Amino acid sequence: MAIALEINGKSVSVNAADDTPLLWVLRDELGLTGTKYGCGIAQCGACTVHVGGQPTRACQTPVSAVAGMKITTIEGLGGHHPVQQAWVKADVPQCGYCQSGQIMSAAALLAEKKRPTDADIDAAMSGNICRCGAYQRIRAAIKDAAGIAAALPAKA
Amino acid sequence: MNAHSKTIEPSRRDLVVGATLVGGALVVGCSPADLLSAGAKTEIGAFGPFIKIAADGAVTVISKHIEFGQGNHAGLSAIVAEELDADWSRVLVEQAPANAKLYANLGMGAQGTGGSSAISNSWEQLRKAGAGARAMFVQAAADKWNVPAAEITVRDSVLSHKSGKSAGFGDLLADAARVKPPESPVLKDPKSFTLIGTSRVRRKDSLAKSTGQARFTMDIQEPDMLVAMVAHAPAFGAKVKSFDDTAARKVPGVVEVYQIPTGVAVVANTTWAAQKGRDALKVEWDNAKVERRSSDQIMAEFQAAGAGKGPKGLKWVPFDSKGDASNADGETFEATYDFPYLAHATMEPMNAVARVKGNSVSMSFGSQIPTIDQLNAAKIVGTLPGAVKIETLFAGGSFGRRGNFQSDYSAECVHIAKKVGKGRPVKLVWTREDDMRAGYFRPITHHNVRITLDKDGYPAVWRHRVVTQTLMKGSPMPQKGDLDATAVEGALGSPYLKATPIVDAQLALPDVGVPVLWWRSVGATHTAYVMEHTIDQLARRAGKDPTEYRRTLYTRAGAKRHLAVMDLAIAKAGPAPAGVSRGLAVHESFGSVVAQIADVDLSGAEPRVRRVVTAIDCGTAIAPDQVAAQMEGGTCYGLSAALYGEVTLKDGAVQQTNFDGYRVLRMNESPTVETYILPSGAAPSGVGEPGTPVIGPAVANALLGAGEPATYRLPFVRSV
Repeated sequence: MAIALEINGKSVSVNAADDTPLLWVLRDELGLTGTKYGCGIAQCGACTVHVGGQPTRACQTPVSAVAGMKITTIEGLGGHHPVQQAWVKADVPQCGYCQSGQIMSAAALLAEKKRPTDADIDAAMSGNICRCGAYQRIRAAIKDAAGIAAALPAKA
Repeated sequence: MNAHSKTIEPSRRDLVVGATLVGGALVVGCSPADLLSAGAKTEIGAFGPFIKIAADGAVTVISKHIEFGQGNHAGLSAIVAEELDADWSRVLVEQAPANAKLYANLGMGAQGTGGSSAISNSWEQLRKAGAGARAMFVQAAADKWNVPAAEITVRDSVLSHKSGKSAGFGDLLADAARVKPPESPVLKDPKSFTLIGTSRVRRKDSLAKSTGQARFTMDIQEPDMLVAMVAHAPAFGAKVKSFDDTAARKVPGVVEVYQIPTGVAVVANTTWAAQKGRDALKVEWDNAKVERRSSDQIMAEFQAAGAGKGPKGLKWVPFDSKGDASNADGETFEATYDFPYLAHATMEPMNAVARVKGNSVSMSFGSQIPTIDQLNAAKIVGTLPGAVKIETLFAGGSFGRRGNFQSDYSAECVHIAKKVGKGRPVKLVWTREDDMRAGYFRPITHHNVRITLDKDGYPAVWRHRVVTQTLMKGSPMPQKGDLDATAVEGALGSPYLKATPIVDAQLALPDVGVPVLWWRSVGATHTAYVMEHTIDQLARRAGKDPTEYRRTLYTRAGAKRHLAVMDLAIAKAGPAPAGVSRGLAVHESFGSVVAQIADVDLSGAEPRVRRVVTAIDCGTAIAPDQVAAQMEGGTCYGLSAALYGEVTLKDGAVQQTNFDGYRVLRMNESPTVETYILPSGAAPSGVGEPGTPVIGPAVANALLGAGEPATYRLPFVRSV
């Protein structure tokens, strides 16, 4: 059936079964492949998008549940978002597969808290798995994007 | 194809060797690369297989190695840029096509990435490639300007002469392409490096990977493409007996259902339709050949084997042997260590795209060993291995999982694409559950150690038994003798064994029907733990400081690099803060030596590693920031396994199928890792894996230091 969505500021209509996860609508129907599949059960965060500004796992969100709501994906962040700039500056990504989800979670955190503490970062980011283990650079990049002088560890 | 490139066509000899290879026989008198590239057609330019230069002077370095996180594209391109004196800001990286003759890993004889060898095997090769291309530009400028070549300098892709003449690579491209490449190009004195070893060597893919634009296999969308999911056997060794696809075929979007060797494949127009179709299948399985032993039972059998109690006919192969260990007297230390199955759990589950038309096949995926993947695909469609086209993409992690002698997932995709036919693209998508249930785990491993001590508490006789599964089953690669070194590397070659007068170390590899595979740092995943945790226990038993105890043994073994990294880590760590217990471990793997000092907070229910000071000797560090990234990531990967990693089996079925059951390290559990690189003028050695195996024993040793008992079974935190 036809479902109206507002994605990255544009109104679109998609034909999909009601129970189709938003993830597969974004990827297969709309070609927005920056949002990744990682686990399908909201355990890894690779599919994180914003729905009404809130970080949301697209793999466990039926498309019918977000009809008419404002959805932002990694493509909608624009490429120059402070979080994205901080990510590039710190060379955060390794394999990169989880990073869209990490960045969406981080951007939602900073929209909520301008100067997050380490505990805030732990709370906001622990739902996003990075198997490459880029966690300390993610933490440092969030602080950098927030304008907090990050205590980066020394390097040789 | 431009005017300065040529295509290497398959020769008649290729056809002969290829046909023989597909038949499965060995051909005498052909190199493996000849054999495996049979049928290949690859365009190469005037500057050789590794360098392309565009009309605007932009340099593209062709990487023979896949990038799945290691940062090798940064390092490989920096090697070329250094010798070429190219403008680093304009250097691009492109992935090589599959062609074993042009792009073999020089340590493997086949095209492939593994063993932390991407940089080390390419070092001389890419230096020569860069220096050769530079010489061609210099000669072209010398001829054009009528000046001696020796008077020309090159900097940031611009050639200059003291007369004031200057020209960019783009300006001289056509002339340089006509110069005969030098046979032995002169390499720079490393003292004059301006890029290698500096913080300017950064990743080239961070922007694409921070904007959702990096292209992974999962992201391939082609006109008319079908998505496939497969109902896989629920237990290792099960086969399809029969299936009912009535309901699956009624799911809107499902196009066809096929039986393939590994299960029943549903192909559909979308991923969701494929998944719903797959879920609607009713499959009956033939369980006659299922591996029914539980993981506990397998471990119990390995423990019995390690204690010399069977099974009958189990073959023991010595891996280190000196002196007569049979009548050792003195005080003894005995310990056994147990390691579970581990899943790689890459973020991007296994997947592949294949297009098959008749006996022609092209594939796009994260191919870790393209030569093997070509060979397996060629067997399915009946063609020459080199004729199998593979476009290698970024992959969402591997940690060893994608380098597989059976090419399990890509071969599965070829089987489905062959059924579909007509060259229609098929994307095989594995769910997380498919990925985790498929096996290819780090094997269950058991060590049994009995050490007789001398009067000062140092090892006099070291008796060591390792029981694990072999990783080399089905390997087309040659092995030296009977020993599967991947099972014992790290114990094999240990400075502690070198420093012990009498050694009796043996390996047994019982047959188990659970597929296993290399897992980041391979043998060191267990040997580093056993050697390093044992040494700390021996030191404490002798009433000696673990650092000083190691120092004595390293000195006896002549292990200077171990001493150097241990001292560097100690110097950088400073005094331990209050509230943590500190543990040290040192291990050599893939040619590099890593020392780590872990500060572990034991005040909570689970150990929490706060800070890890890492010192590494990896020879010449080309991209120091990526060395640090690999130490950070490798430490997290090893810590995740040591703290939580365990796959268990019941009735042949994997009990952990997703991240809810297979716990992995998360942000709130991750340490801060500091990396210090030992200055070295030696050739580069491994970086991707050596950071992984050291943290486990460092944590175990921190527990010992806090007065806790030794840890003989991993993981530290058990869910049951």
